[in-house]
This record gives sequence, structure tokens and C-alpha cells, in this order.
Amino acid sequence: MVDEVILLDYWPSMFGVRTRIALEEKNIKFDYREQDLCNKSALLLEMNPVHKKIPVLIHNGKPVCESLIQVEYIDETWPMEYPLLPSDPYQRAHARFWGDFIDKMLPGLGKLMWGAKGVEQESGKKEFIEMLKTVEFELGDRTYFGGETFGYVDIALIGFYGWFDAFEKYGNFSIEAECPTIIAWAKRCVKRDSVAKSLPDSEKVTELIPELKKKKRVE
Amino acid sequence: MAERSEEVKLLGMWASPFSRRVEIALTLKGVPYEFSEQDIANKSPLLLQSNPVHKKIPVLLHSGKPISESLVILEYIDDTWQNNPILPQDPYDRATARFWGRFVDEQIYVTAMKVVGKVGEEKDAAVEATRDLLKLLEKELVGKKFLGGERLGFVDIVATLVAFWLMRTEEVVGVKVVPVEMFPEIHRWVKNLLDVDVIKKCIPPEDEHLNYIRARMDRLKLKSV
Repeated sequence: MVDEVILLDYWPSMFGVRTRIALEEKNIKFDYREQDLCNKSALLLEMNPVHKKIPVLIHNGKPVCESLIQVEYIDETWPMEYPLLPSDPYQRAHARFWGDFIDKMLPGLGKLMWGAKGVEQESGKKEFIEMLKTVEFELGDRTYFGGETFGYVDIALIGFYGWFDAFEKYGNFSIEAECPTIIAWAKRCVKRDSVAKSLPDSEKVTELIPELKKKKRVE
Repeated sequence: MAERSEEVKLLGMWASPFSRRVEIALTLKGVPYEFSEQDIANKSPLLLQSNPVHKKIPVLLHSGKPISESLVILEYIDDTWQNNPILPQDPYDRATARFWGRFVDEQIYVTAMKVVGKVGEEKDAAVEATRDLLKLLEKELVGKKFLGGERLGFVDIVATLVAFWLMRTEEVVGVKVVPVEMFPEIHRWVKNLLDVDVIKKCIPPEDEHLNYIRARMDRLKLKSV
């Protein structure tokens, strides 16, 4: 049976990036369908009725929602290709913990970089840097979060790199100055085909901000 | 083989739904463990050392190695002790279970907390919002004994938060957030849960629990004054 894989996504999404990378790492052919988030398609609403958000992975007609859940699904469904999670249960738990941390702490704070002003933006910035430093500390001097192999936690975090230029411009700070190890790690990741193909163009993301500020949304 | 039976310790708190769900999982799998009641107001060096990032319970220590975040712990338990599986085998079903697990914690729990924390119109709005979310759980239960199907599974364990915390809070909060007329499936599911020995054994005793919830609510009210 030929697998039909469709990804409902939105080009700058730091979450969509994760699923794109996972599919690319596994060499899975997929049909990428750009979604208009101001005018959500019938397919999107049907496939993710609970959250109505992208990304949605549709595999042979069945939807999988939530980007990190999609990454695990991809890893479990195509186990013969490049493994995204470690096989040892403790290492897996460690990876899931950090994926969860990134999800809990970064998106909300990232939004404050471009979406907030004054005191709210300043305190958001401070917290964002603190959270990123926590992640940086976890990375240590390793090549990737899993050690020598690119995997789940790298995939969870790298989508934010596409937004760093926008955060810096609107937040008026330098992420490299605060977290040089993270930037060095990101540059290593970008050398991978899967990442290079999947990350949005930073300039285009930055250009998008005024529009997002008007709408006050990003999915 | 030797690894699996090495020392298992749970840093938890008797009234926490997140701590109790780990106990349910360990008990379901017949894993012997030492429970260490933690004082949340006065966190132990072991807790702070084992979960330096969040400084929260529950933390599972397996041969001294810490695992934090209850959903991560549940998956670790399932990966390590393969008898009585909590998650389904099929990747699609696993993804669905993970989705609903997150939904309970990130949507239902967060919204339900507002019922407890707010007053007046804001409280009413929180009740409405919680009910809207619970309607989705209600729909998932139609034609099923448990959220996991014939046997209780990951989502049931996570959703004990609804059955034995949210629904117990109703007594104290004075609002029937989950009335049986609106949520017959959920009520039926709670009865099914109470028929399961492991659940009966692992949920906090009702009277003590209600007293605890009352005391906590009084403290919250004092704080907001």
C-alpha cells in the first residue's frame, strides 16, 4: 500500500517545522498544503476539530495533531529509517522532558518579543533569555541535545531559530550575545538537509511581524 | 532485567492528581516502590536536586535517576515495565492517547482551575468553558467502558484528575460543574473506574481529600482579599 501523507501547515510555524523535519529525516514523501489561518479550510477544521490549529499530519486519511505528538508518531510508524528518539527508556524520558519544557516555556514568551511593549516586553525578554539559557545549559558542550545524533529535542527547538531574527529586531537584543552555544548549535542543525529545507526564511518571518501585530495572532 | 527491579522511589504528594496518576501506573504494573511524601511549602533537598528545572512533584527516581513531569513519567513506566500496557501498541492509537492526555492537562485542568480561583461572572465563564471541554471527553466515552476501551489506559489514568479532583471540588466550590444530566457518559465512566481495584487503592480517601480541598480554597480566598 502506498502511504498518503499530507501536512496541513503554515510556512513560518515553529511547530510545523518540527513535523517537516521529521518527515524529511525519514525520507517520507508528503503533500505540503499551505493553510490560510484567517480563513481556515474545511479540511483543517474537519481534521483538527478540537484545536483548529496547524500543523495537522494526515496519514492515509487519519489525522494526527500536535507537533511533538506527530514527531513521535512519525518515529513509531517508520522505525526503520533514521531514529528520532533514543531507544533507551531513560534517554527517551529525558528527551520528552525537554521537548515538554520547550513547548511550555518558549512559545508564549517568544510572542512577547514582537507582540508586547514596554514593561511587558522587557520582562518577557528577561524570562525568554532565562529559559533559553536553561536549555543552553542542558545542551552543554554536546553537538546535539542527544549527543552525537540529531533528534527529538533538536527538532523541538530548531523551529524557533527561524524566528530569532524577528525576536532580536523587535525585542532589541542579541540572542547570540546571551546564548552563543545555542546559536552555534542552530548553525550546525541548519547544515542538515532536513532542517535547511524546513526552516522558514528568517527575513520573510521578520517581514511578517507587522501583519501579525495587526492581527495579534500566530498559530 | 536487573535494572527494572532496582529501587523505585516516588517523590509525591498525597492530594496531587499528578502524583496519584504515577502511583496508579506503578500499581497497575505491580512495580514495588517507596513513596516519599513531600512538603511542597518546604521543598526537600532531594526534590530540588531531582527536579531542578521545575522543582515540582511528582518525581520518579529509578535506581537514583530522576524523571519529572507526570506524563513523561507515565510513558517511562510503560517503556520500562511492559506488562499491563498503559498505552496502546498501534502508533495511531498511541498518538490519539497522547493527544487526549495533553488535552486533559493543558486544557481541562487549566480551565477548571479558574472555576476554583475566580468569583462571580468570571467563575461562571470558567464553568461554561470547562463544560465545553468536558463535552469532548463525554463524546469520546460513547460506547466505551473506559477512555482506553475495554481496559483502562493512559487517558483514563490522566483523566482521574477529572473523576476524582474536578468532580470532588464541586462539593466545595458549590457548583455542579459536571451534572449527570449533561454528562451521563462521564458519570458512568467514573463508576467503572471505581470498580477497578487499582483505582480504589490509589485515589485519595474521599473525606480527607474534601477537607484538604476546602482548606486550600479557604487559603486561596484569603490570598485574594
